[in-house]
Amino acid sequence: MENKILLKVDGVSKNFGGVAAIVRVSFELREGELLGVIGPNGSGKTTLVNLLTGFVKPDSGKVIYRGSEITGKAPYKIAELGIVRTFQMVKPFYQLSAFKNLIIPLYSPRVKKLRGGQYGDRDDVAIDLLEDVGFERDSFVPYKIASSLPHGYLKRLELARCLALRPDLLILDELFSGMSMSEVASTLPIIERLNGEGLAIIMVEHRLKELFRIAHRVMALNFGTKIADGTAREVMENDAVKSAYLGSEEEEGEDA
Amino acid sequence: MKFRKERLDRGIKARCEDIFALSSYREILYLAFPRVLPVAALLILPLLKDVVGMYWEKVLMITCTIGLLALSWDLMASVGLISLGQALFFGAGAYVTGFLNHSLNLPPILSIPLGTLVGACISTLLLLPVVRLRGVYFAIITLTLPLLLARFIETTKILGGTEGMSGLSPLPNVWIELYVPVFALLICLFGFRRLINEDYGLVLQGIRDNDRAVMSGAINIYWFKAQAVFIAAVAGAFAGAFMTHYNQVVGMAAFAMDYSIVPLTAAVLGGVGSFAGPTIGAFILVPLSELLRAVGTLRVVIYSAILIICVVGLPEGVFHYMRRKYHQFERMVEVG
Repeated sequence: MENKILLKVDGVSKNFGGVAAIVRVSFELREGELLGVIGPNGSGKTTLVNLLTGFVKPDSGKVIYRGSEITGKAPYKIAELGIVRTFQMVKPFYQLSAFKNLIIPLYSPRVKKLRGGQYGDRDDVAIDLLEDVGFERDSFVPYKIASSLPHGYLKRLELARCLALRPDLLILDELFSGMSMSEVASTLPIIERLNGEGLAIIMVEHRLKELFRIAHRVMALNFGTKIADGTAREVMENDAVKSAYLGSEEEEGEDA
Repeated sequence: MKFRKERLDRGIKARCEDIFALSSYREILYLAFPRVLPVAALLILPLLKDVVGMYWEKVLMITCTIGLLALSWDLMASVGLISLGQALFFGAGAYVTGFLNHSLNLPPILSIPLGTLVGACISTLLLLPVVRLRGVYFAIITLTLPLLLARFIETTKILGGTEGMSGLSPLPNVWIELYVPVFALLICLFGFRRLINEDYGLVLQGIRDNDRAVMSGAINIYWFKAQAVFIAAVAGAFAGAFMTHYNQVVGMAAFAMDYSIVPLTAAVLGGVGSFAGPTIGAFILVPLSELLRAVGTLRVVIYSAILIICVVGLPEGVFHYMRRKYHQFERMVEVG
């Protein structure tokens, strides 16, 4: 799979008041690729997502998307280019019903452009999108107020909110966190299907088993630095990754 | 034998504003009554000017202008912009209208609409750099802007300085004086309610609830906030433009704190986020304040006490309470 390069991150760094959150991270993402990003807590995964989507401006380095630089652009402009993210902490519009939550991205200029200036009925489009992420169409679930939905549904609603924009690159920030085993099991095929349809995905995840099953390539971060990049097996067997997750033997000795 | 009060919600069929609601006259009446009654009352009141007396008709007019400012406050609050300075809109509309009439001799029929639009543009431009701010930071700026403009006019002596501009053209007749604010209030009330329930309004509400999610939905939230500020400014500036011609004078009082505080209080008292609430709030506060004039200096004390009792007793606001009660009925049931 030697597709064209979709996203190129070149030596991006970010400090938060002297604390290095991301240190000269570089990587490439090809079209249709599913890249997993792993790392222990506080290793800078979410900061990396924020840097890519414009919520945080990098101190140095470049982010190049489809050959043009998007470093430091406003979040809505980056989303308009097709890089869409989920949030780790789902905060839907609680007072609105589930499908009305999707009206907001459907109102954006990007959707207007992609649908050829024709919005059609946004409500219908929203219900279709919810069906795609596993909301039963003929049940009451899509019409329920968002605040009454269980967490797993909210996570999938968050996914649908991204899909509403018809993204070219989807960034999932710990989509599976807080989901039950069965919810993960029902969401995983959705992601595989989206990727199978040619959508490039960056998946930041703590659930390594599920991630390793579907990711083409995995990148590991620790203390803001890239420590490994390769296939799931290569990363799993990497010593730096092992010590980052389990602690190296010397450190174990010091602790004891 | 013990009794207990039981509260029941009326059937969803009668409450939803959908086609089902039209299945019987009773249900149409049930839905239409709370909307038709206040509209009819507002339209009939000016006709009764010989019965009620011109004094109370003027109170009605002032109530409508305060109502407009309260609606404009509520619209900004629906995008998450809490304003402490509706006087900015009022004053901008008032001064531009005054200038157009005083210096360019435009008649009220031109100076009021022009003053409204130009005033709204000016105040939107002044607020444009700060729509990025959230919560209390935005509030502080809105609080200071009208004070700043008033002092600016005072020291530079432009636009009449401390004395203002007087001798402006009066409104053509008493019916225009009475009906224009009533219609403006009704148009804003129902217009804003419609607007906020459209898809456009959902975007505005989304910005209030979670602006980051709206941003990542490829929507420029500052552009939408600016639009909301402009729409709110039009409502506020119109109130100022109208009052300028009614008073036939415009001065620094147009930027007075009253025009910031009373609309805010009306919105909180009536119930934030419904547009009907702030309107009801204005119709409680302004007449109440007039009634209390008879008590003299104690007026402010009593007025504030009533306000505190209302806010503590009904934190959700008068409108939300009334609506809840209207959609419920209570009956006594036997227990045990």
